[in-house]
Amino acid sequence: MAESTMHQLTMVEALNLALCEALEHDPTVCLLGQDIGVNGGVFRVTKGLQERFGRGRVMDTPLAECGIVGAAVGMAISGLRPVAEIQFSGFTMQAFDQIEQNMARFRNRTRHRYPIRMVLRTPYGGGIRAVEHHSESREAYWAHTPGLKVVIPSSPRNARALLAAAIADPDPVIFYEPKLIYRAFREDVPDAPETLPIGRARIVLEGTDVTLIAYGAMLRRAREAADDLRDLDGTSVELIDLLSISPMDTQTIAESVRRTGRCVVVHEGPRTCGIAAEVIARINEHAFEHLLAPVRRVTGFDVHFPYFQTEEHYLPDPDSIARAVRETIAWDPTHRPR
Amino acid sequence: MKHGGTVRSSAARPGERAAVDGAGRTQAGANGQGPPAVKEAAAPVPFGRRSIDLVARDRPAAARAATLTGISILNESGIAHDALVPDLPPAEFLRIHRAMVLTRAFDGRMLNMQRQGQMGTFAPGYGQEATQIGQVWPLRAEDWFSPSYRSFGAQIVRGWTMDHLMLLWAGFHEGFAPPPGVNDLPFSIVIGSHLPLATGVAMGLTIQGRRDAVLVNFGDGASSEGAVHEAMNFAAVFTAPVVFVLENNGYAISTTLEHQTGQDILAARGPACGMPGVRVDGNDVFAVMTACREALERARSGGGPTLVEAVTYRMGVHTTADDPKVYRDDAEVEAWRARCPIARFEKWLVGRGLIDEAGVQAVTEACELEVLEARDRFRGRAVAHPEELFDFVYESLPEELREQREEYLARLRAKGVIDPAT
Repeated sequence: MAESTMHQLTMVEALNLALCEALEHDPTVCLLGQDIGVNGGVFRVTKGLQERFGRGRVMDTPLAECGIVGAAVGMAISGLRPVAEIQFSGFTMQAFDQIEQNMARFRNRTRHRYPIRMVLRTPYGGGIRAVEHHSESREAYWAHTPGLKVVIPSSPRNARALLAAAIADPDPVIFYEPKLIYRAFREDVPDAPETLPIGRARIVLEGTDVTLIAYGAMLRRAREAADDLRDLDGTSVELIDLLSISPMDTQTIAESVRRTGRCVVVHEGPRTCGIAAEVIARINEHAFEHLLAPVRRVTGFDVHFPYFQTEEHYLPDPDSIARAVRETIAWDPTHRPR
Repeated sequence: MKHGGTVRSSAARPGERAAVDGAGRTQAGANGQGPPAVKEAAAPVPFGRRSIDLVARDRPAAARAATLTGISILNESGIAHDALVPDLPPAEFLRIHRAMVLTRAFDGRMLNMQRQGQMGTFAPGYGQEATQIGQVWPLRAEDWFSPSYRSFGAQIVRGWTMDHLMLLWAGFHEGFAPPPGVNDLPFSIVIGSHLPLATGVAMGLTIQGRRDAVLVNFGDGASSEGAVHEAMNFAAVFTAPVVFVLENNGYAISTTLEHQTGQDILAARGPACGMPGVRVDGNDVFAVMTACREALERARSGGGPTLVEAVTYRMGVHTTADDPKVYRDDAEVEAWRARCPIARFEKWLVGRGLIDEAGVQAVTEACELEVLEARDRFRGRAVAHPEELFDFVYESLPEELREQREEYLARLRAKGVIDPAT
């Protein structure tokens, strides 16, 4: 079988490729958002697409997040597959009503008569020295909302494949793009279209001592921590990239923890009711008897995302992740209060 | 280039919808198809102090027609402005009358059922029948209707059966889904949240080259919602084929218009967004029909959106959980009783010799009977299906939800709600 030609792309270029392929192959796909047309989006994810596909399919909209999402839901009702962009995920709060009341509920409200086949793309996360409201990670809101799927890629190749899957998905998908790694590295992306199934995590590194779970921009930091732990401590880390926040791949998580008996979960968002809390709950339900230590989490704190002079202290980094893993491994199960 | 009018080449001709260009604007300029021109960042301001034209730039016909008009055809004495009466066959006038009477009969029966504990909370529309029936009467089956929750009269005209609507208000999931063949959205509970959807459907129709229109209604309370403004603004920018019907019934539960807005003429929001505003007597079915018919024709022919404000009055309670005596005087309600939309229409019909007193009585009785028959059908259909709880959330149930569904079904079995053997 001939290997498809590969191109070294950044995540921005890979996302652009996925959008371009969708517009090309499916006439019902259309794009809407602020500054996505002539300007190609503030991060240039939609660069050149309006020029190529016209203003009827790549629409610059007024500056109104609720209007963008509501109009996209309406377009989906009319039979299109819109991909809406909200410039920064912090601004999705102004569209919260449309996401919760309409995007997430319309299929159920109308008993499958009007499925909402749409994707809401939005860059999330910290580390880019931006002003307030430009760095939040609030994926937990959407994971808490029935009817939605929530997907977060971690590399150019899986970004392209997951966005293709999200656009083809029969249900509404929140697609969070880790803007910290939009251009951080390049990866081989094949010419031939490919998709990844939504709802499946990926084992990035196989290991035997501890399961380390991360997603989005934090995956790279977790990977660095895993490399350090291997090199410095000889620890064998099994690294899982969650990819799909909702539905969550409970099986992959539980099977891994049953093998390793230890687990650390990493994310940028605030800790309370965060994604790690859900992962830990599932480990309790499906792998409790295999645990050798309490599951640790390395997350953002329950404070507002800091102004950017302080953001690197707030965000999980390889050292803090490695420290949590070491503590988990050093946990002595005999030290229990009597 | 004094008025910015020549910055872009002329927009879609009147009667021509810019089907390819979802932006609803000329293709010139940005796409490089027109002559290069210097863009002005803003419309010019006249030197000195002068009044300003509402539309300063070169815009589609819709925006240029962004004027404010008032329409009243049939007054409360039943006297019509003959030249403006819709040109319809006599039988159609009688059908319109019957639809209004049926709406009121349904309203009364639903209140009755609610008081007897056979119905959930219900939002009656007593007094708003002309607005309800008049707005949807000019719709075609292929057009779309996106109702607010006080719209059962309009929904019946659109083909929602009364037993279906009873299921809806009685808390059965089946009631929310539009009946097969009815091109409507379910109504919206969160006030105003359905307007961006209506605009989006209209944009979607244009993108797909369809020449149907969308009609969406909402209330004076909803007019304060940001989503409503965003929806109207989007519709104007994209020349979307949508008609916004603002049912101004004077109250948002207890909040009067003067506490809702600083501008009593809500139709003025139309021109403010770049679309015509039409203010009609909402208790005059001819005025409502005429404004909506014209607006729909404009929408279907590429002329963009219209805001129609129907000035009416909610004679009854906001919902069955409301007591209006707390916030308004009986005298005010009585004054509006004299403006009853059905009574004035009946006077006109009688005056035209299209019906007589006995005929009116017969229609009223027939409608009461029709509602009772619907109630009986509703009772036959009023069976909940708790086992369906997970069946409509996603197209196919994700693995994690299958586990939850099993847990839920076990609960139903334990309670004896479903057969333990299943």
